[in-house]
Amino acid sequence: MVASTTIVAPESTEETTAGGFHVIGQSPAHHDFVDKVKGSLHYAADWRLPGMLFGRVVRSQVPCARIAAVDVSEARALDGVSAVLTAADVPNNRLVEMASGGLGELEVAMPVVAGERVRYLGEPVALVAAATQQIADEAAELVAVEYEALPGVFDVESALADGAPMVHDAGNVLVTWQIRAGDLGAGFEEADAVVEGEYRSQHVEHAYLEPEAGVGWIENGVVTLRVATQVVEHASAIARMLGLAANKVRVIATYMGGGFGGKEDMTVEPYLALLVWHTRRPVRMIWERQESLVASTKRHPFVMRYRTGVRQDGTITAQEVEILGDAGAYPYLSPRVLFAAASLACGPYRVPNASITSRAVFTNQVPTSAFRGFGAMQMTFGYESQMDRIAERLALSPTTVRERNFLAKGDLLPTGETLDTCVEVGATMHRALALLGEPSGASGPTTRVGRGFGCNMQPYGRTIWFRDHASAWLSLEADGTLLIRSGVTDLGGGQAASLCQIAAEILGVPLDDISIYIGDSALNPPAGGTFATRQLYMSGNAVLKVALELREQVTKVAAELLGGSPETLVFAAGRVGTSEASGTSLTLAELVAACGQRGVSTSLLSTFRATAGSFDPRAGQGDTFPDYTYGTHAAEVEVDVETGEVRVLKYAACHDVGRAINPMRVEGQIQGGAMQGLGYALTEDMAIEDGSPQSMLFADYLIPNSLDFPDVRVAILESGEGKGPLGARGIGEPSIGNAAATVASAIQDAIGIRPSRLPMTPERVLALLDEAQALAGDEIKRRNA
Amino acid sequence: MTAKRLVTLRVNGREHALWLSPSDLLVDVLHDELGLSDVRYGCGEGVCGTCTVLLDGEPINACLTFAVQVERREITTLLGLMGEDGSMHGLQECFLRLGALQCGFCTPGMILTAHDLVERVGRPSRDEIRYALIGNLCRCTGYTKILDAVEEYCAQAAPDGGAAR
Repeated sequence: MVASTTIVAPESTEETTAGGFHVIGQSPAHHDFVDKVKGSLHYAADWRLPGMLFGRVVRSQVPCARIAAVDVSEARALDGVSAVLTAADVPNNRLVEMASGGLGELEVAMPVVAGERVRYLGEPVALVAAATQQIADEAAELVAVEYEALPGVFDVESALADGAPMVHDAGNVLVTWQIRAGDLGAGFEEADAVVEGEYRSQHVEHAYLEPEAGVGWIENGVVTLRVATQVVEHASAIARMLGLAANKVRVIATYMGGGFGGKEDMTVEPYLALLVWHTRRPVRMIWERQESLVASTKRHPFVMRYRTGVRQDGTITAQEVEILGDAGAYPYLSPRVLFAAASLACGPYRVPNASITSRAVFTNQVPTSAFRGFGAMQMTFGYESQMDRIAERLALSPTTVRERNFLAKGDLLPTGETLDTCVEVGATMHRALALLGEPSGASGPTTRVGRGFGCNMQPYGRTIWFRDHASAWLSLEADGTLLIRSGVTDLGGGQAASLCQIAAEILGVPLDDISIYIGDSALNPPAGGTFATRQLYMSGNAVLKVALELREQVTKVAAELLGGSPETLVFAAGRVGTSEASGTSLTLAELVAACGQRGVSTSLLSTFRATAGSFDPRAGQGDTFPDYTYGTHAAEVEVDVETGEVRVLKYAACHDVGRAINPMRVEGQIQGGAMQGLGYALTEDMAIEDGSPQSMLFADYLIPNSLDFPDVRVAILESGEGKGPLGARGIGEPSIGNAAATVASAIQDAIGIRPSRLPMTPERVLALLDEAQALAGDEIKRRNA
Repeated sequence: MTAKRLVTLRVNGREHALWLSPSDLLVDVLHDELGLSDVRYGCGEGVCGTCTVLLDGEPINACLTFAVQVERREITTLLGLMGEDGSMHGLQECFLRLGALQCGFCTPGMILTAHDLVERVGRPSRDEIRYALIGNLCRCTGYTKILDAVEEYCAQAAPDGGAAR
């Protein structure tokens, strides 16, 4: 897709920002924002083709059963129905996630359409395409599936018990990861105190406002899907499913109405592809919100058990962590989520002796997979709770305990890796706390006010052993405008816009004169999907690399015409010229024409390759992630001890983003991440009872509204030491991680009790208060006895 | 299926004659029949506000409204707030300048609801803006910049605290 770039009310591009940049560090509005405020951007549901059919997935109503029979005769007979497909109609009915190399990882295939067995409520059992959506919905109701119920397992601990029903014949433990550093026993012997804690988190829904959607058709024999997806590279998996050559499926990504990891795995794609393939007609599929709630992937509930040894001065000597992640019924990205969890289990602290084990466990529940924070987020609640408990035990301040243990450049991580960029987490802590300002008083006799904070580290970029790479193609056109082609997909975080800003900086092309085509597996160079906070790092570096190489290529021609050496020429405001004020210059159009006459190409494709490395799962040592973003959130809360209600009065966040390419968008990422984190902390719970979701309506799933939480005050720290372009660090995921720990810390400060279970609902806070009161009562009785 | 009948809808100042079933929802008719991609299905429950339109100037959820219910009444979508030359409304400009959006899916509904508030109140307080926008969910921005944008627009449109027209 193409869009022109418009600058509305920009800050002057004549001025330079810190670091001597013209465009980097400014916050211009881009093409995507302009289209969005006008309401003219076309999302995945906004496409219509002649003769288009409407698709629908028929889903299992039970969590665990053998399929005795599927009768589609009535559905097929309905007027206007073009196709009703079952497992038998899927050429290759197995989707296999690439094994990631954990200990004893099971290779479990997921059927596209369940044939013999269903393993979670919501699993697809049939597909329908019809002339209208109403007919498709009606036909879906007419598909008769006969189930023979089987015993299921609905939580990780039951799934691990002896004799537990098997979700898959291969077993219930999908993968185990371990990280081992130093000598754990010796570390605990050195300790003056040992602090233990168990923490639990819930299923969470992505709740992007744009439901899963797409339109598919066949063009020149190629199955083409225009869908809301973070990853156009799924085209090859779709081709395998259909038994087609890899080059016979094309995926075009639309600008998404939010994704947060929920559109990283395929959503509508395989079902659309099957219906298109069988009917040879264009098909549209939009999941209803209620369908999305039931059947889309979720964030993993974790059980985290920590044991931490500390010296009297607060120094950590040893830490043992056990993590259980609920994978649901199929693998999806669970092996990698649990790898990230293990890798980040100790947080931004030095832990010389560590033993960390994580397991992904199957249950008969909706599959869990990628979600902003990707396993590292849950761990923040664990390690930050430990830090506050250590502070309480040793009667030290929470800031002191952290400062005794913060990682620094040159330190070893438990994986044996050496940190090679700066760690400004301490600075973010002080900035975030300062942003809270003067303390508030309690608003009533039953409320208590408290303050807390939470620090985190979140990787950006894929796991190192995936040998990540991203390509981009730039072309200076005859009129001096610039075309960027990149397979990047845009979640709404400004993924495409930031690439324009980088290219504008290097080539001196005004943003208005840049068009960017993104997200097309057939026509654009592969960028590798938008996830893992990797696109600024990967595609940003790719565009920077191509822009620099292209500049070098054309500068020689410019030097020939303008005189002087190529290195001294300046590209700015659509011209290239000599650096002195009285110097001569050419327009970029003139330069392109001159290049043409000399046979010098003005377009270039190039690839950025990330650091490579490997991880030894047996030794529990090796390379994990390229780099991390560090940050701290701070909050002031008011807890009503009669109702258990927690009101957030003030909220602040500070992250070191290395360099802010577009500060306004960076601030937006931080504010939005914090707000999602607050929902996770206090209100959001996709509760599932015996395999049945308890929230079938959007009205029951409480994402934050405009009234729930205060403004998020932001401080951006720019250390300049990231591995992204021009020293940038990623900020998409890092900002969601801190909120739960931050609120828990503030609650502890207010009422003296640390919540250890998410979300921290009024009922749970009240239960904690009651428990504390009962304990105090027992204590008094004991003393009086 | 119930028989269709010819219905006249007035949308953004223009009349459209459409053959509609009594069960056709306004959101589907505006989005699919009239091609108004600024009116979006988000939840079908009237919870998220992405399908917000103005009915005789007041925000409603088009997903909870049958199209035949609003025959001959004035329906305004985000496009209807813009100039005939495609120029943006002041609220849109403030959203753009202050970055009050990310994915943009909630933006049309958000601006329409804010527009109604500003028309009624003139110079609302930040808390009044929060309260008015409660039915328009945003999963990306955390609301802070949206509140900033609406406040900024009100300050520009009614610097003396009077009605913002």
